[in-house]
Amino acid sequence: MNLQFLHNLSLGFGVAFQWLNLFYCLMGVLLGTLIGVLPGIGPIATIAMLLPVTFSLSPTAALIMLAGIYYGAQYGGSTTSILVNIPGETSSVVTCLDGYQMARQGRAGPALATAAIGSFFAGCVSTVVVAMFAPPLAEVALKFGPSEYFSLMVFGLVGAIVLAHGSLLKAIAMVLLGLLLGVVGTDANSGVQRFSYGIMELADGIGFIGVAMGLFGIAEIVASLEPKEARDVFTSKVGRLMPSREDFRRMWKPILRGTAIGSAIGILPGGGAVLASFGAYALEKKTSKYGHEFGKGAIEGVAAPESANNAAAQTSFIPMLTLGIPSNVVMALMIGAMMIQGIAPGPQVMTEMPKLFWGLIASMWIGNAMLLVLNLPLIGMWVRLLTMPYRLLYPSILVFMAIGVYSLSNSPFDVLLMALFGILGVIFVKLECEPAPLVLGFILGPMMEENLRRALMISRGDPMILFTKPISAFFLFAAIILLGIILAPKIRRKREEVFVED
Amino acid sequence: MKVKSPKDFWAGLMFIAFGLFFVIGARNYRMGSAARMGPAYFPTMLGGLIAVIGGIVFFRSLVVKGGKVPAIPLRLLSIITLSMIVFGYLLKPIGLVLALVFLVVVSAFAGQEFKIKEVLLLSSVLVILSVLIFVKGLGLPFPLWPGFLD
Repeated sequence: MNLQFLHNLSLGFGVAFQWLNLFYCLMGVLLGTLIGVLPGIGPIATIAMLLPVTFSLSPTAALIMLAGIYYGAQYGGSTTSILVNIPGETSSVVTCLDGYQMARQGRAGPALATAAIGSFFAGCVSTVVVAMFAPPLAEVALKFGPSEYFSLMVFGLVGAIVLAHGSLLKAIAMVLLGLLLGVVGTDANSGVQRFSYGIMELADGIGFIGVAMGLFGIAEIVASLEPKEARDVFTSKVGRLMPSREDFRRMWKPILRGTAIGSAIGILPGGGAVLASFGAYALEKKTSKYGHEFGKGAIEGVAAPESANNAAAQTSFIPMLTLGIPSNVVMALMIGAMMIQGIAPGPQVMTEMPKLFWGLIASMWIGNAMLLVLNLPLIGMWVRLLTMPYRLLYPSILVFMAIGVYSLSNSPFDVLLMALFGILGVIFVKLECEPAPLVLGFILGPMMEENLRRALMISRGDPMILFTKPISAFFLFAAIILLGIILAPKIRRKREEVFVED
Repeated sequence: MKVKSPKDFWAGLMFIAFGLFFVIGARNYRMGSAARMGPAYFPTMLGGLIAVIGGIVFFRSLVVKGGKVPAIPLRLLSIITLSMIVFGYLLKPIGLVLALVFLVVVSAFAGQEFKIKEVLLLSSVLVILSVLIFVKGLGLPFPLWPGFLD
């Protein structure tokens, strides 16, 4: 910790505390929670839906608002998990286990408060982690050449594959499909139009927002509309919010551990909130002396995963901000948003746009504080939202999605694209092909091609350059080892177990 | 030949089809060499790879037992997607207000219940909100009414 660090933070807080940025942070957090609370709509769909709203803002305000939407949605998701037992998002799946049980025992209030306190603490710590780790990483990344970048992206994508549910082969195929869809449009190098078959709107490539909204938004709505068993909402029984002294005594260690695990996992490629919350829950269950209470309403089972997923959500910004590489779909959306704002994501963002960079980081802390202060008092309102019948909700969501996508280029083409990807998304789900790796591949496709092209040009066509440069070789070997570990039968079985828990 | 895992069977076929689409499509472009990658180079490589993986998934599905493909909710899916597409193409000719009413009313048919009063109320609320937020607030250049009324 040195002067530079403090200087950076004060610069950041200076930007984040500007009235307008505070306002957009607040709007982001509120809208994010509002939509995140709705069952079956996770942060991905929320961000995709609200992305167009940010187009007219300055890049800094837009990113601050989007980040706010992200952790707002995350927070809203845990509310839904606790009260309705339907995770608003995958990262609060484990929160359902004990949170819902607490709600059934009339302890919904303390469960919600625990989630909020854990998230806030984790948010504070991980903001500092981001501020400390991002600059050195960006400095290293500035020295990366095309081979290093290409191998880093391979490593990142392998990470995404490893963490996908289900079959590895299918996940690899989905990544490749994403990479391929990413190259549709004008080839930056030769100017040739690839795979656009005379469709003018495809000259700039397939619109990323349409893809994401279709694959996640539409597919989620269709899934929610399919007939299912009825759900119980604990609306009247939120009760008193304040956890008891005993609760506090039991929650602080899990919060610390969850924060540590979450911060570490968030940085990994393909990591992020989901794995972090699963990991933290599993660890608590094994080590806690209240292990036998898990699944029956143990407060540790709420505190640990909720801290972990918030910490991971925050630290997953590190690779995005410093390397320009998304570690999960939300970060891919962030990169999409940056590109729309005319910013090329990568290590130069920090040096060329320090205000944006540090302002965004500082706003994370502010956003978390807002969540803590606003959401507990507003919990009644969120609960009322939960009782709104889905038949009224989904047409409203469709309206926002349709207008948002249409406004991308003021043409119906993007709406058409979104609908087509919606159909694909539903098919993917039915065939158990996870769409997340596809989206990451899609964002990285053009970058990967360009870096591979350059690397091979330097080596005159010899692919061994990827293995002779030390950093590049390191990433490739790491990727191979990661794949090897996952294919090992023992780990493979474990991996299946972990994902079965939802 | 008997399919033991329908999910993988269809997924494999899908990947093979995508792979072939890109490999065959890339034949229209210049291949180049590794040192000077042409526009066809990357798509051909990846397309080939995805087709091979699709092939493995396909053949595995004949050997390894796996799940059935759940029914695809065709009615739901077509109501939702078509109502959005038509909305997109109606927006300019008939204006935001009517296009939104169309979207809300048609998409509401996908729900388990359809109460006409409720749907009309919902569409008026959504029309007012959208006009306020998107047209007045964010200044999106949408016509509100059909061209002949303006």
